Amino acid sequence: MSTASQSSVEDDRNIVTVENLKIHFPLKGGQTVKAVDGVSFQIRAGETLGIIGESGSGKSTVGRALVGLLKPTGGTLRYGDTDISALSASEYKRLRKNYQIIFQDPHAALNPRMTILQSLVEPMEIQGEGTRESRRKTALAALERAGLATEIALRHPHELSGGQKQRINIARALTVHPQFIVCDEVVAALDVSVRGSILNLFADLQEELGLTYAFITHDISVVAHVSQRVGVMYLGNMMELGPTDAVIENPLHPYTQALLSAEPRPVPSDMREDRRIRLEGEIPSPVAPPSGCRFRTRCPFATEKCKTEVPQWREIVRNHRVACHYATPDGRIG
Amino acid sequence: MTTHALDMAVKEDSLFSKFGQWCRRDKRGSASLLVLLVIIGIAVFAPWVAPYSPTEQDYSKMLMEPSAAHWLGTDDLGRDVLSRLIHGASKSVYAAFLAVGIALLIGVPVGLLAGFLGGWVDVCISRVIDTLLSFPAIVLAVAVTGAMGIGLTNAMVSVGIVFSPHIARLIRARTLVVREELYVDAARCFGASTTRLLVRHVTPNAIQPVIVQCTLLLAVALLAEASLSFLGLGVQPPEPSWGQMLARAYMYMEISPEQMYAPGLMIMVTALTFNTLGESLRVALDPTMKGL
Repeated sequence: MSTASQSSVEDDRNIVTVENLKIHFPLKGGQTVKAVDGVSFQIRAGETLGIIGESGSGKSTVGRALVGLLKPTGGTLRYGDTDISALSASEYKRLRKNYQIIFQDPHAALNPRMTILQSLVEPMEIQGEGTRESRRKTALAALERAGLATEIALRHPHELSGGQKQRINIARALTVHPQFIVCDEVVAALDVSVRGSILNLFADLQEELGLTYAFITHDISVVAHVSQRVGVMYLGNMMELGPTDAVIENPLHPYTQALLSAEPRPVPSDMREDRRIRLEGEIPSPVAPPSGCRFRTRCPFATEKCKTEVPQWREIVRNHRVACHYATPDGRIG
Repeated sequence: MTTHALDMAVKEDSLFSKFGQWCRRDKRGSASLLVLLVIIGIAVFAPWVAPYSPTEQDYSKMLMEPSAAHWLGTDDLGRDVLSRLIHGASKSVYAAFLAVGIALLIGVPVGLLAGFLGGWVDVCISRVIDTLLSFPAIVLAVAVTGAMGIGLTNAMVSVGIVFSPHIARLIRARTLVVREELYVDAARCFGASTTRLLVRHVTPNAIQPVIVQCTLLLAVALLAEASLSFLGLGVQPPEPSWGQMLARAYMYMEISPEQMYAPGLMIMVTALTFNTLGESLRVALDPTMKGL
């Protein structure tokens, strides 16, 4: 990307556009797991989009699809204006380095047989960037930028702590200067004591390098802390998407309301009284999701209409979308 | 601090000093490496080391006990046992490495591809492996030798072919696990090709059990060479090999049982050396075992 393109319209530029994304996994016996089933959203340059949802909601699947680790069964994925399915292998290889992912398990993301330095220079080797010496320099600089001493470059992953390893994963992504990083539960596996510093590192890097993040987590406090917009997923669908403050303070979808009321954080007691919604039962199987609205089997407000009609993805308030027949702008249902 | 100053601190040890560290750390491993080097040295320099010709017969001195002139005695045709043992070393070591080398050459790529690509590739390869494994090894080797012609090289190539499904199955199983690892996905995100994923990430993490299996197979190959030579499919008389010497000594077991000791002992020592070295190699190549 040239600097010229980063003009005043930068905020409106979509770095990732997802339209009607579907990711299905075939099972033996002809059934399919509909892990992600028709999700649409955009991620704007420089922002952090939080994606929340419980286990099995498909949020990690979306994250992996965003960086090309899973091939969409349907729908389109665009990087900037480019539909990635239309690219040749070599074009895709050059483009995809701009779109990186940091995984939940920092240890598993590092090859145990490679030294840290070997892991750090590998992305540049793959991309054919620089010389042996320049790659080494870039790697060590990235290590420092991620807040680690360069002395650890010759160690192996098992000799380091979880927090250090996550910093190395971040440093490794930085070596190829990405524009966009998917952060898939990046602090969930870390000690509470180091979570804050890793989150701060992400924030600093964003400010410094103009990075765009998709922050996938089940932890609402993390999302509230880092993201400008947040999307709520349930059973392979996006239920609600809007500015973080709006979604957290005035959730429009009954599922979001339930999810937020389940969070064991101190919230004003009046809110707790009014909005407490207990969800009954388990998340249904993505093999045979409920007809109509996917949330209807656990929704206290579900009606006959929810069974027969798939709710529209409506923009109820400006920039605040929701998939519910009965959602209203003030958060009441009905 | 500048990166340059820090760069100085990040200096990798040379291969030579790493080897020195390994020798100090792993006494048993370096001892077995030494034994193996001695055996290979003897095999290579056999014509200069051996006191007599291995094939020269002397009917006045048949089945003699060890003496100053013949340290390990003579065999049923009056040939010097020590000289035959020394000359046989090259055949036996060559045979063992050839068989295992062929097994690796076929087994590793086949197993890697089956495990990594999955799908119908895996189904096809796995069925062939199952078929090969269901044959008794020696019978298969005899059949392959029969088709390719008699001789040590052909015999050991066929032993290698017989071994290869064991290697392939082992590495396939590990590959199935390793290909799901996150570091493979991470490399993929940087645009790594399938070849790179296999060479840099999957193979180093899947090869470990194969190394151990190889050292066991080296020992088995030594014995297979003995069996095939015994059956007349391997080393042809009068050329010596350990297996052949053992087979011949077996015929005179009741008259002169000590004939079997020398070749038998050499097979055992070599097999043990391979096993110890394999274990050391496995530890040395595993960074998580460093310092143990």
